[in-house]
Amino acid sequence: MAEQQLFKVTIDNITVEVPAGTTILNAARKIGGEVAPPAMCYYSKLKDSGGKCRTCLVEVSKGSEKDPRPMPKLVASCRTTVMDGMEVKNITSEKALDARKGVVEFLLINHPLDCPICDQAGECDLQNLSYEHGNEGTRYEFQRRTFEKHSLGPYIQLHMTRCILCFRCVYTADQLTNKREHGILDRGDHSEIATYIEKSLENDFIGNVIDVCPVGALTDRTFRFKNRVWFTKPVDAHRDCPTCSGRAQLWMRGDEVFRVTARKDEWGEVMDTPDGKPGWICNTCRFEKKNTSDWVIEGPTKVDRHSVISQGHYIGMKVPNETFQPLMKGREPKLMMDIHDVSEVNKTNIDLSLIEGPATSETFSPDA
Amino acid sequence: MSKKLLLEKAHVEGIRGYDVYRREGGYRSVEKALKEMNPAAVVEEVKKSGLRGRGGAGFPCGMKWSFLAKVEGVPAHLVCNADESEPGTFKDRYLMEFLPHLLIEGLIVSSFALNSHDTYIYIRGEYAWIIDILETAIEEAKANGWLGKNILGSGFECNIHVHRGAGAYICGEETALLESLEGKRGNPRIKPPFPAVKGAWDRPTVVNNVETITAVVPIINMGGDEYAKIGVGKSTGTKLISACGNINKPGVYEMDMTITVEEFIYSDEYCGGIPNGKKLKACIPGGSSVPILPANLLLKTAKGEPRLMNYESLSDGGFISGSMMGSGGFIVLDEDQCVVRHTYTLARFYRHESCGQCSPCREGTGWMEKILKNIEDGKGKISDIDLLWDIQRRIEGNTICPLGDAAAWPVAAAIRHFRDEFEWHVLNPEEAKVRNYGLAHYADPIHVAV
Ligand SMILES: Cc1cc2nc3c(=O)[nH]c(=O)nc-3n(C[C@H](O)[C@H](O)[C@H](O)COP(=O)(O)O)c2cc1C
Ligand code: SF4
Ligand code: SF4
Ligand code: FES
Repeated sequence: MAEQQLFKVTIDNITVEVPAGTTILNAARKIGGEVAPPAMCYYSKLKDSGGKCRTCLVEVSKGSEKDPRPMPKLVASCRTTVMDGMEVKNITSEKALDARKGVVEFLLINHPLDCPICDQAGECDLQNLSYEHGNEGTRYEFQRRTFEKHSLGPYIQLHMTRCILCFRCVYTADQLTNKREHGILDRGDHSEIATYIEKSLENDFIGNVIDVCPVGALTDRTFRFKNRVWFTKPVDAHRDCPTCSGRAQLWMRGDEVFRVTARKDEWGEVMDTPDGKPGWICNTCRFEKKNTSDWVIEGPTKVDRHSVISQGHYIGMKVPNETFQPLMKGREPKLMMDIHDVSEVNKTNIDLSLIEGPATSETFSPDA
Repeated sequence: MSKKLLLEKAHVEGIRGYDVYRREGGYRSVEKALKEMNPAAVVEEVKKSGLRGRGGAGFPCGMKWSFLAKVEGVPAHLVCNADESEPGTFKDRYLMEFLPHLLIEGLIVSSFALNSHDTYIYIRGEYAWIIDILETAIEEAKANGWLGKNILGSGFECNIHVHRGAGAYICGEETALLESLEGKRGNPRIKPPFPAVKGAWDRPTVVNNVETITAVVPIINMGGDEYAKIGVGKSTGTKLISACGNINKPGVYEMDMTITVEEFIYSDEYCGGIPNGKKLKACIPGGSSVPILPANLLLKTAKGEPRLMNYESLSDGGFISGSMMGSGGFIVLDEDQCVVRHTYTLARFYRHESCGQCSPCREGTGWMEKILKNIEDGKGKISDIDLLWDIQRRIEGNTICPLGDAAAWPVAAAIRHFRDEFEWHVLNPEEAKVRNYGLAHYADPIHVAV
């Protein structure tokens, strides 16, 4: 086989070599850290994903060695492939950062900001994104868009109001299951994720839509309101499963398994199995194996620094000065909020910022 | 009298039918192309003609054709964009309604040039009666040997299929159109790849506007060089303008692109001036997406030269003091029109038509609409005007397809040129309910001159 051609690309003044055909985003991920643009819709394991949310916009200040002209517009780094000699500015581009700020604002104007009662809080990409790139407060003074809540079958809850229309779940349903019943209805800001003619989603792998959803729009009905993510302790475990790889993450408190998800990599995507395939898990593993005896426990999951569940992430952050309480029907809208006060499962006497290391079940066990 | 190449025969009795059309010289270009030329020569004539796409962007047609990828064993397609949904634009409708055979003729020649055996017309669903007209014309053409296998013994095969849209402006965007044609949801594709490489069913595809295709007929008949002599600069040939709004004679006009905007509005040959002795306030010269211009900048460029009805002159000054030819939807506003209400109406349109795929357009269009409605209803704040500016700025250029830009530009231009009117609305909410702002300093230069 001919040797694969390597391209040199410089992102925020750091140069890497990547195979031809690599996207700017994946090249930046190779560098890692802040240089990697945030991605709310791209998902490396899903074909055709990306290009939609526009959070990953970057400036191409030099097209390539051959054609050094800069690109006239910002480009979606997840869908633009590198050229040899390309120079890209992400966090060094004021234009890109400004556009990203705009995108975050757009994504939030119709978002309910109901983090205190959302099961995704603590592992929500939108929460992270707004924490890192958002404004304080909002300039949006209108009633937010709302939708009815839907149960998509026995296992999955859809909160359309929280959806950012990243299309990941649609691609998941399309590419992982053999019978697609779910897609997007209507258009524009009234588009909604739906199952065609209210069919419930019955398929061995459909539960993965929960893992790909960057926000709390698709959540696990078997976990709903049972606990807060940061009170549970993630452990890696596996079981011998005839349907999937059986490699999962258990979210435990004490000896109880509250939730089962696929394992995630540092970009929040489903991790590959050792044989290089995406580690999607089946519905049986996800929804029906809630006993420790079902699993072989490998040990605690390493929690990434980036994640909200890692300690101290929000220390010193400013609480947004919201101006639109009347629009929330008297409810106090809080973004990065005081997460403890609404959900009953939370204990209010624990100050997360005082805990060293990730919170574990011990921290919250009744006799602690 | 301006030269007519497309509409010359539009009023001949019975021209919609095949026999009259043929008797009047129809299908000569097919004979010429298939008998005397090869596909490359047809492309060459179109290149020489300087014909620019009439769908909005004005991209040189010959160049677009030459980009079409030629892949061994993979058929190419020509797709005619008849989705025409831009507010103010209704020229394609006129062509198809009165001269269906002209479009069929142009499609056959263009298909020959691009080697498209299956050519599609994607037409907006609301043009239901035109679909019948086109299908009748296709049947007639087939019956007379202009379509099907081995046309004129040349060995070339061409079939034309009419595909009806379901009423979405976004399906006029070429890649959304292709998705819809394939039977999918009409979401624009992320480019690259461009249609010339991967278009309909992943095959190389050219998408052209109805008017662009019909212009190929006179180009082949008279030769590209002759065609290029009509007009001025890079605005060659003739252009159809659909004129509407506060004018005496709304309608579709064909003109060579040498006349001034002033002549177009005031002469009896075209719009016939503004009714009821009113004054000109503003105009959107190229369909709802292009920037609105106040009368003073419309009639004269920033350099003080008379503005002409062509690509270069209408865009002279960029977006600071110019606009665009766009799709040729010419919307005239007299002194009684309210720019705020007008901008709100357009914002409502774009919000409604956004496909919703990308966040700046999906969320930004709705937000702008709501703010504009507040201002229109007398509930606006001065800071809303700056907020609008900020929102449009962050939509423009950051979206998947140009609908985002199309939603941003009208708002930007309205604020750029009519900011005082917006402020007046905010500061005088009660008065704004009972009267319009009027002309202010955009006084009608014609009147001032008199
Ligand atoms: C939102 C949107 C709507 C459009 N609608 C139309 C249309 O109705 N008709 C059309 O010919 N082109 C339309 N266009 C332009 C097409 O994408 C494309 O540029 C055009 O059909 C190319 O043809 P031309 O090169 O002959 O002008 C639209 C573009 C956008 C972004
Ligand atoms: S439900 Fe979740 S995964 Fe699906 S489109 Fe909405 S945000 Fe994306
Ligand atoms: S710009 Fe608007 S219409 Fe175009 S793809 Fe994005 S959301 Fe859809
Ligand atoms: S991650 Fe690139 S556009 Fe969403």
